[in-house]
Amino acid sequence: MSEKQKKATAYWKENIRYLFILMAIWFMVSFGAGILFKESLDTIKIGGFKLGFWFAQQGSIYVFVILIFVYVRLMNKLDKKYGYDE
Amino acid sequence: MSVQTWTYFLVGLTFALYIGIAIYSRAGSTKDFYVAGGGVSPLANGMATAADWMSAASFISMAGIISFAGYDGSVYLMGWTGGYVLLALLLAPYLRKFGKFTVPDFIGDRYYSKTARIVAVICALIVSFTYVAGQMRGVGVVFSRFLQVDINTGVIIGMIIVLFYAVLGGMKGITYTQVAQYCVLIFAFMVPAIFISIQMTGNPIPQLGMGSTLNDGSGTFLLDKLDGLSTELGFNEYTDGSKSITDIFAITLALMVGTAGLPHVIVRFFTVKKVKDARKSAGLALLLIAILYTTAPAVSVFAKTNLINTVSDEEYSSMPVWFKNWEETGLLSFDDKNEDGKIQYVADKTKNELTIDNDIMVLANPEIADLPAWVIALVAAGGLAAALSTAAGLLLVISASVSHDLVKKVFKPNISDKAELWVARGAATVAVVIAGYFGINPPGFVAAVVALAFGLAAASFFPAIVLGIFYKKMNKEGAISGMVVGIVLMLFYMTKFKFGWFGGGTPADWWFGISPEGFGSIAMIANFIIAIIVLQFTPEPPKDVQEIVENIRIPSGAGEATGH
Repeated sequence: MSEKQKKATAYWKENIRYLFILMAIWFMVSFGAGILFKESLDTIKIGGFKLGFWFAQQGSIYVFVILIFVYVRLMNKLDKKYGYDE
Repeated sequence: MSVQTWTYFLVGLTFALYIGIAIYSRAGSTKDFYVAGGGVSPLANGMATAADWMSAASFISMAGIISFAGYDGSVYLMGWTGGYVLLALLLAPYLRKFGKFTVPDFIGDRYYSKTARIVAVICALIVSFTYVAGQMRGVGVVFSRFLQVDINTGVIIGMIIVLFYAVLGGMKGITYTQVAQYCVLIFAFMVPAIFISIQMTGNPIPQLGMGSTLNDGSGTFLLDKLDGLSTELGFNEYTDGSKSITDIFAITLALMVGTAGLPHVIVRFFTVKKVKDARKSAGLALLLIAILYTTAPAVSVFAKTNLINTVSDEEYSSMPVWFKNWEETGLLSFDDKNEDGKIQYVADKTKNELTIDNDIMVLANPEIADLPAWVIALVAAGGLAAALSTAAGLLLVISASVSHDLVKKVFKPNISDKAELWVARGAATVAVVIAGYFGINPPGFVAAVVALAFGLAAASFFPAIVLGIFYKKMNKEGAISGMVVGIVLMLFYMTKFKFGWFGGGTPADWWFGISPEGFGSIAMIANFIIAIIVLQFTPEPPKDVQEIVENIRIPSGAGEATGH
C-alpha cells in the first residue's frame, strides 16, 4: 500500500468512528428518549414538561442541530490533520 | 387597514420581490440552471434548503396535525428534522465531492449502468410529482381564503409565478428567491406564535411558553391544563399517544430516511463550493428549520387550548366572526345534533358536533387569538412563500431529470449546452402545467400519496446512495435489485392498505403492526438485505468505479460540479 493510500485509509477509519458515536447519540435522543423510554421518562417533570414528551417534541431537535455542528468541527479538524483541508 | 387590504399589500409586495430577484439572477448556462453556478455560500444555501424543505405541509398543516394528534404528532417533528443528521453525516459531503448535477447522475455513474440511472430517474419523477401537486393545492387554499378568489384562479396565479422564476432562473433564480422566501415564512410563523405565547403564558419564547404556567393566575401548567381538558372531553391525554410504540418507531424512521433520500433536498448540496461548505450548510439548514419545528408544537398547544376554551359548550350564536368565515370555506362545520344551540366538541363521534380541518389551526390561529390585521395577512404571505419555494425546488428536479438524465445522458449525448438549457426550460413548463392540473383537480388520495413519496425515497434512494459511498464493493446488480425490490414492496403495501388493491386489508392485517406510513422503514431494510445478498453471487465492480468511491471519501479537491 502506498503512503497516500495508507493516509486515506487512516482518515476514513477515524471518520467512521466519529459517525458511529454521533449516530449513537442521534438514536438515543430520538428513538431512545422520545419513543422507547418515553413512558418512564415521563415520570420526571421539568417545569411543565414531562421529560419523554419534551424529548419527542423539543429536545431531540436541539440535539440534532448540535450534533451536526459538532460533526462539522470534528471533520474540519480531521481534514487539517491529514492535510485534506482547502 | 382591513385584513383583506393588508393581505393584498403583503402578498403583492412579496411576489414583486420574488420576481425581481428572478430577473436579476437568471440562468445563462446549464450549470447555472442545475446547480446555480456552483458558487452559493453555505448560509444562502442553508436558507434556500430550509425554504425548499419546509412546504405548505410544514407551514400550514403540521402544527394542526399535532394539535389533534398530541404526542403521536412527534413522528413528524423528529422524523423531518432527524433526517438532516443522516443527510449531513452520511450523504451530503460525499455527494458534493462526487460533483455532478443530479441524484440519478450519482446512481448512474457509481453503478456504471444506464438501467440504474433510469430506475433512479423514475423514482425521482414519482416522488417529485406527488409532492408538487400538494404544494399547488396549498397555494389555491391560501388564495381562496385570504383573497376571496376562486381556488382554481389561485392555483393558476401560483403556476404563473413559479413558472416565471423557475423557468427563467433555474437553480440560480430559485436559490435566491428561496432565501427571500425563508425570511418571509419564518417571520410569518414566529410573529403570531410569539404574540400568542405572551398572551397565554407571559413568556415571549414559544418553546418555553409551552412548558410554562398559564397567565390567568391559577398557577396551572399549560400542558397539564390541556391534558385535563382533553380527558374531560373524552380524548386521550395530549402528552400521551394512541399509536403503538412499534408504529411510532417505524413512522419516525421512515420519515427520517425519506427526508435524507429526497432528491430536491439532496440536490441543494451540489450548489456549494467545497465539501466543507456542504457539511456546514446542512447544519445551518437544520438550525433554520429547527426554529420553525420547535415552535410548531408550541403553536399546537396554544391553538388547541384556545380552541377548546372558545368553542366548547358555548352558544353557537355567540361565536366570533372567524368561526363564520371558516365555515364558509368548508374547513369548519357545526352540526347541532342535540339541538341545544351549544357546541359540543367531544371524542365520542355520535355526540361530537364540530368538525375541524387540521389546516385551520395555523391559518385561523391569529384570528382565534384576536391578533391585529397585519399579523393575519402575514400568515397568508408566509403560507404562499412555503408552498411556492418547495414547488419551485421540485420543478427543478423534474426538469433536470428529463433534460439532463434522460435527454443528455440516455438519448442524445451530444446535445449542445444551449439546446439542453431549452429542453430543461420546456420540461419545467410542462411540469408546472401538470402540477397545476393536479392542484385544480386533486386526486382524492393526495395525502396518502405524499406519505408514499417518503416511503419511496426511503425504500429506493437512501440504501443505494449509502451503500454506494460506504460499501466500495457494492455492484450494480445488488443496487438495482435492492432498489427495485424496495420500491415494489413499498408500492404493494401502500396500494394494498390505502387503496384496497390486492385484497385490501384493515389495520389488524398490518405486517408487524406497522402502518403504511411507517412501512418505508421495512422496505428500506429489505432493499439493504437484497442488495447485499445479490452482491455475493455477482462480480465485483470494475477497478475504476472502486477508485471513484475511494476518491469521494477524501474531501479535498472537490472542484466544481460538472455535467460531463
